Amino acid sequence: MTGPALLADLSLIIPELILAIGAMGLLIAGVFIKGEETAARLVSVAAMALLVLAAGVAVFLAPQGGGTAFFGAFVLDSFSLYAKAVVYLAAAIALVLASHYLRTERLARFEYPVLILLATLGMSVMVSAGDLIALYLGLELQSLALYILAAFNRDSLRASEAGLKYFVLGALSSGLLLYGASLVYGFAGSTEFGAIALAAENPSVGLLFGMVFVVSGLAFKISAAPFHMWTPDVYEGAPTPVAAFFATAPKLAAMVLLIRVLMEPFGAMADQWQQITIVLAVLSMAIGSLGALMQTNIKRLMAYSSIGNMGYALVGLSAGSEAAVWAVLLYMTFYVIGVAGAFGVILSMRRAEGMVERIEDLAGLSKTRPGLALAFTGLLLSIGGMPFLVGFFGKLFVFYAAVQAGLVWLAVIGGLFSAISIAYYLMILKRVWFEEPTGEFLSPPASVAVITRVTGIATVGLLLLVPFMLNRVIEAGSAIGG
Amino acid sequence: MLGQLPILSALTFLPALGAVAILVLRAMMRTEDRPALDRNARGVALFVTLFVFVLSILLVLEFDTAQPGFQFVEEADWLTAMGINYRMGVDGLSVLFVLLTAFLMPICILASWKLDKRVADYMAAFLLLEALVIGIFCALDLVLFYIFFEGSLIPMFLIIGVWGGANRIYAAFKFFLYTFLGSVLMLVAMIYMFVVAGTTDITVLLEHEFLRDAQTWLWLAFFASFAVKMPMWPVHTWLPDAHVEAPTAGSVILAGILLKLGGYGFLRFSIPMFPDASAYFAPMVMVLSVIAIIYTSLVAFRQTDIKKLIAYSSVAHMGFVTMGIFTMNALGVQGAIFQMLSHGVISGALFLCVGVIYDRFHTRDIAFYGGLVHKMPVYAAFFALFTMANVGLPGTSGFVGEIMTMMGAFEYDPRVAFGAAFGVIVSAVYMLTLYKKVVFGELTNPKLESATDLDWREWINLGVLAFLAIWLGFFTTPITDITTASVEALISQYQGALAASANP
Repeated sequence: MTGPALLADLSLIIPELILAIGAMGLLIAGVFIKGEETAARLVSVAAMALLVLAAGVAVFLAPQGGGTAFFGAFVLDSFSLYAKAVVYLAAAIALVLASHYLRTERLARFEYPVLILLATLGMSVMVSAGDLIALYLGLELQSLALYILAAFNRDSLRASEAGLKYFVLGALSSGLLLYGASLVYGFAGSTEFGAIALAAENPSVGLLFGMVFVVSGLAFKISAAPFHMWTPDVYEGAPTPVAAFFATAPKLAAMVLLIRVLMEPFGAMADQWQQITIVLAVLSMAIGSLGALMQTNIKRLMAYSSIGNMGYALVGLSAGSEAAVWAVLLYMTFYVIGVAGAFGVILSMRRAEGMVERIEDLAGLSKTRPGLALAFTGLLLSIGGMPFLVGFFGKLFVFYAAVQAGLVWLAVIGGLFSAISIAYYLMILKRVWFEEPTGEFLSPPASVAVITRVTGIATVGLLLLVPFMLNRVIEAGSAIGG
Repeated sequence: MLGQLPILSALTFLPALGAVAILVLRAMMRTEDRPALDRNARGVALFVTLFVFVLSILLVLEFDTAQPGFQFVEEADWLTAMGINYRMGVDGLSVLFVLLTAFLMPICILASWKLDKRVADYMAAFLLLEALVIGIFCALDLVLFYIFFEGSLIPMFLIIGVWGGANRIYAAFKFFLYTFLGSVLMLVAMIYMFVVAGTTDITVLLEHEFLRDAQTWLWLAFFASFAVKMPMWPVHTWLPDAHVEAPTAGSVILAGILLKLGGYGFLRFSIPMFPDASAYFAPMVMVLSVIAIIYTSLVAFRQTDIKKLIAYSSVAHMGFVTMGIFTMNALGVQGAIFQMLSHGVISGALFLCVGVIYDRFHTRDIAFYGGLVHKMPVYAAFFALFTMANVGLPGTSGFVGEIMTMMGAFEYDPRVAFGAAFGVIVSAVYMLTLYKKVVFGELTNPKLESATDLDWREWINLGVLAFLAIWLGFFTTPITDITTASVEALISQYQGALAASANP
């Protein structure tokens, strides 16, 4: 590779370079700063700044036309740029949510922000993968960082269990994915997406097998049923800010990767993978909405809610059209906003004796903390896709994509499950609004309060910005749709 | 004068702004200042609803009755990339419902004046509800309509659940989930229409001819939503629960306005957009309507709870509305609209009457009462008037709606009219029995000794409603003038579509 070509390639990965070099630098800096808490705080602030900087680069400085780097292994198009911007911002929000919690739970270590940065770097590579090798590299970098984060509270038995469980099942899914990738490579003769797409026009049985394994591995990452078993335990066991991170950025990155894998290399096999995504969608919606009804722990409930929401996203993706791409992207964006805010509320559930996470602890929140209750109401109903909150538009357009592709019956099933899922959001709201308070939460830290307020207002206020976002996702979808 | 101003947007968003203002006020004031906050919240709510009412009167005065199409149309870019835009407008079918909503809201605020439980939240919820409901009647875009239609569940859920009676949580959930389940099917149908017709503009969709097979499914999906909202037998069971548990003003809004959304939906969507399916399903609707009229009237007779009795009576009266709409002749449809408006006034007044004695004695049990006429003569007079209006006594607005829909039904099929007439008789039985048990007789219950007659706020509320109930009983032209052009256009379009599909 000649010098100018290398420079051109490097210019496409500036956000990744910022994150990679930043993470290394902060790792070194963290060792030398005196005092564990000071180190943690400084590194955390620096990591947030890096993430915002990277998001800014992704939005403003990236070359408008995009391009590919490293012989097609890395793709930069409007689709990956959009995903990157959302992933970086979601990671930054997760850091903001974490800072106070980690300090009070005596978990403040500078490795935490560094791990978040590395996981984000992995996601950033994932959403730009144009090759099975790059895909696997990004996915594993992300996963390894997440395994450690899940067990970050190493003195807690449940956190260790969550981390181990996540690691073992994650390794299994990586194995599935790798096996599938090797089959695809064997039968397509290349790891590059473009070459696989050519082979997929006349798919052999081996390629089909490989595709099934790859999709299964990715379904694990987005926690679509029946690959969802780890989700409730990990959400419950992991420290709450870690669960908040799990529920947002990695979900979006894995979904974006799934979209690209299905639409680009396996685009010609849509008839085959459609059957898989439809089954995944229906199972996820069913398990997500029915499972959530039984929960008493708010974090477990959010886990089931995320399973169900992946089901709705898969309803849209099953359409396999350009509309499917942007509709899922829009859906995931609103989902990330809603979930980030909802976890902000969960992180505000702190009483004098410590954190609480039972749903009944929320009783009478509308009396004790009316602002928080109002924000929570907006956030939950937005995740549930209730109009007039922005989450409705996500649901509207994934159903639109499905109906457009002739999957009316799938949209009807989705609608019926959304009526079940709205019931458990209402059950939380029942505690919040209809019941008398049983105790009061401590005043939430300013950082968390800002996130819940901003996201809460966004669930209504974004109505005015939906046109702008719609244009962005449609532009992003045109990069790989059709 | 008003033609250039975005009056419909103002009507829709002023109450929402009022709600935001109250919430901001609450956030700014400290907990010690609660009495001041409550006072301000009431004041803001009353001022905003009265202002909106005045604005809606101006709207109706400026309305051109000769023109059948949409007026005061507003358009603004919104989701232009998908062709979904912000479009508002009213025609003869919807403009009076805007007026009815704006008229009942200040009455609701006045009726809740003495409430002292979380007043600021309550007023904000009502203002938000008003904004959404007016939006429903003005929206000229499917997505916009759905947002308002479905969004109105949120404030009503909170109103029933927070300020309701003992069994309020069950009632709130039943109300929400029943109507939500009906509406998601409508959402999928709307998306299908969007995909097929390529637009969500209601004015364009009214001209679009959907394939006959598709019409059947679309009609059923819309029916699932509107029949629940109406409510029609046998999906009416959420209504008695919601009514019994809701606070008085909540019941007034529920019976007065929210029940009209179903009828409005049939007129706006089902009949003009799916004429073939409407004609195909009309006999089914007729049968369901007659069953509703007779069966729920009989059920009402057996009730021991005053509110529940009036709730079942509402279901029966809505049966006249669906019957009138699906006769698809001018008399029937005009009568249905008249019946909806008149029922908005009368049922609202009846729930206020229940509220008056509930505020004093905190029970709705019929057996508890008796002989109220000795202590509350003015109240007894008002209650008598509204009882008669509900029965459909000539000279009251209730009579006009019933006779028009029944004459329309007679034209359609005399058997339907016969069934409905039977229901009228039963309605007289249960209403007069109720009145006798509550108001007449000896005052045997010592707890009733302390009864005081109406205060001035109740006087105003009931007086205004009584005036309307009688006035509309004698002068029907103010209403029929406004609706005639639109109804005739609707019917001729419907007949044209049927004729066209008969001779392809």
